[in-house]
Amino acid sequence: MKVNPVSEHFVSDKPFDPNSIEQIDPEQERLYLASQWRLMWWVFKRHRLALFCGVLILLMYLSILIAEYLAPYALKTRHTDYIYSPPQPVHLFHEGEFIGPFVYGWGYELDMDKLLRNYSEQRDRVYPLSFFCHGDPYEFWGIRQADLHLVCAPEGGVLFMLGTDRLGRDMLSRIIYGARISLTIGLLGIIVSFLLGITLGGFAGYYGGWVDSTVQRITEVIRSFPELPLWMALSAILPVTWSPLWVFFGITLILALLDWTGLARAVRSKLLALREEDYCMAAELMGARPTRIIGRHLLPGILSHLIASATLSIPAMILGETALSFLGLGLRPPITSWGVLLNEAQNINVVAIYPWLMLPVIPVIVVILAFNFFGDGLRDAADPYKH
Amino acid sequence: MAYYIGRRLLLMIPTLIVISFIIFVIIQLPPGDYLESYVAELESQGESVDPGQIAALRSQYGLDEPFLVQYLTWSTGMLHGDFGYSFEYGLPVTEVVGDRLFLTVIISLCTILFTWLIAFPIGMYSATHQYSWGDYGLTLLGFLGLATPNFLLALVMLYFANVTFGISIGGLMDPQYLDADWSWDKLMSVLQHLWIPVIVIGTSGTAAMIRRLRANLLDELHKPYVVTGRAKGVPPFRLLVKYPLRVSLNFFIADIGSMLPSIISGAEIVAVVLSLPTTGPILIAALQSQDMYLAGSFLMFLALLTVIGVLVSDIALALLDPRIRLEGVRTS
Repeated sequence: MKVNPVSEHFVSDKPFDPNSIEQIDPEQERLYLASQWRLMWWVFKRHRLALFCGVLILLMYLSILIAEYLAPYALKTRHTDYIYSPPQPVHLFHEGEFIGPFVYGWGYELDMDKLLRNYSEQRDRVYPLSFFCHGDPYEFWGIRQADLHLVCAPEGGVLFMLGTDRLGRDMLSRIIYGARISLTIGLLGIIVSFLLGITLGGFAGYYGGWVDSTVQRITEVIRSFPELPLWMALSAILPVTWSPLWVFFGITLILALLDWTGLARAVRSKLLALREEDYCMAAELMGARPTRIIGRHLLPGILSHLIASATLSIPAMILGETALSFLGLGLRPPITSWGVLLNEAQNINVVAIYPWLMLPVIPVIVVILAFNFFGDGLRDAADPYKH
Repeated sequence: MAYYIGRRLLLMIPTLIVISFIIFVIIQLPPGDYLESYVAELESQGESVDPGQIAALRSQYGLDEPFLVQYLTWSTGMLHGDFGYSFEYGLPVTEVVGDRLFLTVIISLCTILFTWLIAFPIGMYSATHQYSWGDYGLTLLGFLGLATPNFLLALVMLYFANVTFGISIGGLMDPQYLDADWSWDKLMSVLQHLWIPVIVIGTSGTAAMIRRLRANLLDELHKPYVVTGRAKGVPPFRLLVKYPLRVSLNFFIADIGSMLPSIISGAEIVAVVLSLPTTGPILIAALQSQDMYLAGSFLMFLALLTVIGVLVSDIALALLDPRIRLEGVRTS
């Protein structure tokens, strides 16, 4: 019998399984079952620079917990014999011989013509650095007395790796202590502005109508203001009699009061779209209160975006504090922040003669760059379903 | 078009009223007033003050009126050009403000131009060479500008300009022109001094602008019409300039609105460091000595400048981009 060539085609012997198309391999299953946060983490992890910056930021925030331990000297220790000392080099080799990190003796001669102290190394004296050593006493977390330092001045010598200021205080220690204020002000400020932005933006987006237009107008007015002059005006209000701690909170609040508008706009525009969703209607029909619908059903969906944009506005706050303190309108000594430190570098003499007083600007730049890259990475990862 | 502009102008009015009210509240908030601190200062110097004279001054400036009455006097005064009286200078506010505000406007305009000039080629390069070393390097440079505090950059440039070029760049003109009338020489002197503040203020805005131009251009470059053009053999540069660049140009105009507040902020702080005769230093002094009408008017002018700037950019955008006019109202 002749076989029809057209019908002669391959037929598999295997039993037919109609569900085979539905089955997925373990790799896909992992992807489908992952939570939103896990997906975000996978995307974020691929962004090497952002990951690195995130770790850096984390380390910096951890360092403020143990600032006393990391700093070679206590905050208020003064070395009246070493005023305006330039950064002191740390060496590894002495006359070709390796002895680990050490400093030479440190002395100065007065230049009576220019009225300057010329510091120089005294090569005959070698002071190896000691680590995990006992130095200036401090009160750790306000609970117990301690005097352990990561590195301290060698016996009989001094250690000013970043120089000293006009009162003979070690710059490195002051920068490490300054991180406390400068970093927390950004974090506290963003928390306040985050709450304000979510609440106001949430109500505006959910209710619409006159609530929406009121909030819209307020944000418009605030955004049309040049920030710095308004900050200056507001910080001029803070009474001079306030204690430094209250001034700190006052400044934080001022920075936050002008910052929430961006977040509020983002929340509002997202909620305007989300509230039309069926699950929102369902919640409404079941009698959920507006606050519950916003907080429980709507906000979690956009939280990742909000966190990303909040991260991106922390740098502005840190710079704001620095600028205000630099102008003398923000924090004042005895509070030590990077802005307060830079306030002493206000003078052209400093650039010419004591340039190391400008060193606090380096941590400022590093933190701001790190927050920007970290925030960029977060923003890209915030929408994991996009890819 | 006329409808659009009219609508925008009408919307400005309530905004300005609210702004003026906020400003007045802020300048009123510190306890005491200028006369009180003035009296305290005189007494600390051992001079006696005649209480009657103070009371007369107080009623002359309306300082003992209730809050709302003071606000109404101030705000209605502004409508016919009377901005109040500066205690510190003993002059009407308009005379103190005049030139300084003008110079602030000049600096702001130059800074915007500078930002465009820098951001434009860099953004173009970054978008066309995405993920290349050049892209990364230039982006990093932009971010460095963003992260460096303005005031410190100003200080360092002040020093280096002095050391390397031997010019003194503090101030905005050579000393001999300070009180002179405007002339060609004075203008040249201003231009010579202008570049430092412009660069310093511009650096912070440039990074953001580069990023946005890059993102905008990348969006456009991936559209089918670009592929079509390339397939038909249009040279790459011509193809870039002809359409994608034009489309992303719109946002340069739109961006003025969001740039202006930050530029004016930057101008203030840089002005303090470089002792420019703009609004910065005098505003700080006025705030500290509670010279309330002077401080209030400055804040008001700066806000007005921003609001007008945003308006101009919106109108320019509506003229340039027909899509906006068709939508009638811009949503942002």
